[in-house]
Amino acid sequence: MSVTVYVPNDSAAIGIGANATAQAISKMAAERGIPIRVIRNGSRGLFWLEPFVEVVTSEGRIGYGPVEAQDVPSLFDARFLDGGPHRLRIGHPESIPYLAQQERLTFSRVGITDPLSIPDYEAHGGGRGLRVALQAPPADLVEEITKSGLRGRGGAAFPAGIKWKTVMNARAEQKYIVCNADEGDSGTFSDRMILEGDPFVLIEGMVIAGLAVGATEGYIYLRSEYPHAWVILLAAIQKAQDAGYLGSNILGSGRRFELHVRLGAGAYICGEETAMLESLEGKRGMVRPKPPIPALSGLWGRPTLIHNVMTLAAVPVIVDKGGAFYAGFGAGRSRGTLPFQLAGNIKRGGLVEKSFGVTLREMLYDFGGGSASGRPIRAVQVGGPLGAYLPESKFDTSLDYEAFSASGGMVGHGGIVVFDDTVDMARMARYAMEFCAIESCGKCTPCRIGSTRGVEVIDRVIQGRQRTENLTLLRDLCDTLSSASLCAMGGLTPSPVLSALTHFPEDFQRPPALAPGGRASRTIRRH
Amino acid sequence: MDSRLQANTSPTVPGTPDPLATIDSVIVAMRSLPGALLPMLHGIQDVLGHVPGAAVPRLAEALNLSQAEVHGVLSFYHDFRTVPPGRHILRLCRAEACQAMGCDALETHLQKRHGLTFHETATDGSVTLEPVYCMGNCACAPSVMVDGEVRGRVTAGKLDQWVQQWRANAGGNP
Repeated sequence: MSVTVYVPNDSAAIGIGANATAQAISKMAAERGIPIRVIRNGSRGLFWLEPFVEVVTSEGRIGYGPVEAQDVPSLFDARFLDGGPHRLRIGHPESIPYLAQQERLTFSRVGITDPLSIPDYEAHGGGRGLRVALQAPPADLVEEITKSGLRGRGGAAFPAGIKWKTVMNARAEQKYIVCNADEGDSGTFSDRMILEGDPFVLIEGMVIAGLAVGATEGYIYLRSEYPHAWVILLAAIQKAQDAGYLGSNILGSGRRFELHVRLGAGAYICGEETAMLESLEGKRGMVRPKPPIPALSGLWGRPTLIHNVMTLAAVPVIVDKGGAFYAGFGAGRSRGTLPFQLAGNIKRGGLVEKSFGVTLREMLYDFGGGSASGRPIRAVQVGGPLGAYLPESKFDTSLDYEAFSASGGMVGHGGIVVFDDTVDMARMARYAMEFCAIESCGKCTPCRIGSTRGVEVIDRVIQGRQRTENLTLLRDLCDTLSSASLCAMGGLTPSPVLSALTHFPEDFQRPPALAPGGRASRTIRRH
Repeated sequence: MDSRLQANTSPTVPGTPDPLATIDSVIVAMRSLPGALLPMLHGIQDVLGHVPGAAVPRLAEALNLSQAEVHGVLSFYHDFRTVPPGRHILRLCRAEACQAMGCDALETHLQKRHGLTFHETATDGSVTLEPVYCMGNCACAPSVMVDGEVRGRVTAGKLDQWVQQWRANAGGNP
């Protein structure tokens, strides 16, 4: 009988050698005449252990990591296919505290199943939500989503139930479900991990959404920076089609849902929902004024339910187990779980799905183990490039939408980027303005012009020229950006800038000689 | 003569795709797609490595758009190039998580050691360096994309190895 070996096919694992490891294992097994079956799973999300190899033994799955190709001969010598002892042996993955302390609802199958196997998906609870949905009246589905307390996971945290109800009640010949898979916030990779590690859960979530609101067509707008996810997603859609999850007769019910994928082209602004719609329509990704809201007039002017990957991927478990089950997790008005992502200068970077209400400190130290460099953590940016920089005094804030926003932060997509004490916060503030200048769609003046002026003003501060006056000017400029921009790009760019200024003022008062002179004068180029 | 135009009308090098034929075949294959312009631009760049100027009037004609509209879309998105890139494309992530792990030092290293700057191609045509803002590899920063493949925990030494290899190949195969 052959031994089953799992080697992740997640692009982060591949980026540090998982393909070479998989090849080395197959080659050595062939040389030694041992029959094995290698399954390329998603990642468990424990990236300091990647490439993380798991072997199915009589005692269950046993993990080894990080396994580089050069470690493979010694693993065979140690009889790792029987779970033998080796310096890289981790043991049962589920007993690793990092995993054991999580509450994986959305990520329940990621790293466990073969991402492209429908039988494996169904053996691990997949497809149940869809089967429930096919039997339920649409209004009941919308009611379950409302009861679950699910809010938009892309950043705005808008109650999903309200959106669903609006689209359901809209009258039109054609409605659409659009999945925003252009999550470009630095420090976030949960969308990518689902797309690569359990794409069927997203597909199932979109089909259920379609059944609920009366949409028969869906689009996934995928960022072009995820080429590996693109390949897996296309394969998954084909498999879902073959298995009857998609098409004109979903699981024999006579109901219909068609799904298409479109590739973005490297514009951060297309993560904003109306810019994304423009891009899907083949235009420049320019933000649209609201109203009309996309729920009533979205893609090609039709009622459109837009959610990001995490929101839609939470739908199957909610419909399967009920809104009350999902609402049983969380804190305050933030119900359910959020797949947080630990990134940047962190010892144990990875994916941590937890109920809302965990503190930043628990994330950074209990899960993350402190900085990768071993130096003190000085600043943390939560919620992407438009999120505030938080100092240690804010680390005890509860990670839920309300509490976090009350302390000046933004949970956003749950990305947590860690910086040690070598960070220069004036430079990070400058970068926030520079990023806005590069990525602004150009529709409104404060964002288009203000961001470039912001870079220039911060440069003068760094160079020690009329600091007091320029800092006043900078705050004034931030006020203009936040109050006079159409969307969050211009509206929230001041957040990292002002938080850096408020919490780390000393970095704006360094002797000019120590300022990053060469880089500070770099001109901004959009292309 | 406009250099771009010249490139498009020069005789086809054996083994390389003919630009005009490529553009036309992409248009034929995708013209029934709703919102076809982005997929078409991707389709052309996938084959040719860039979107030649000659594509603009053809796309405009096929999609009933003005040339200005096509140019507007082409120039809006960072991904699309209007000039051919080097034989290899190195994209260095500049986003915050990669900054926290020293991507700025890698940028400086590429410039000082190899003369590579963002948005430019090495004089021997071996490599084009481009910035990228997040590839979802933030727990394994700093990250680069080498010819479409994401690589994590990149060091200056690793970059040297790649660039030197590409340079050596460029010398033997101009």
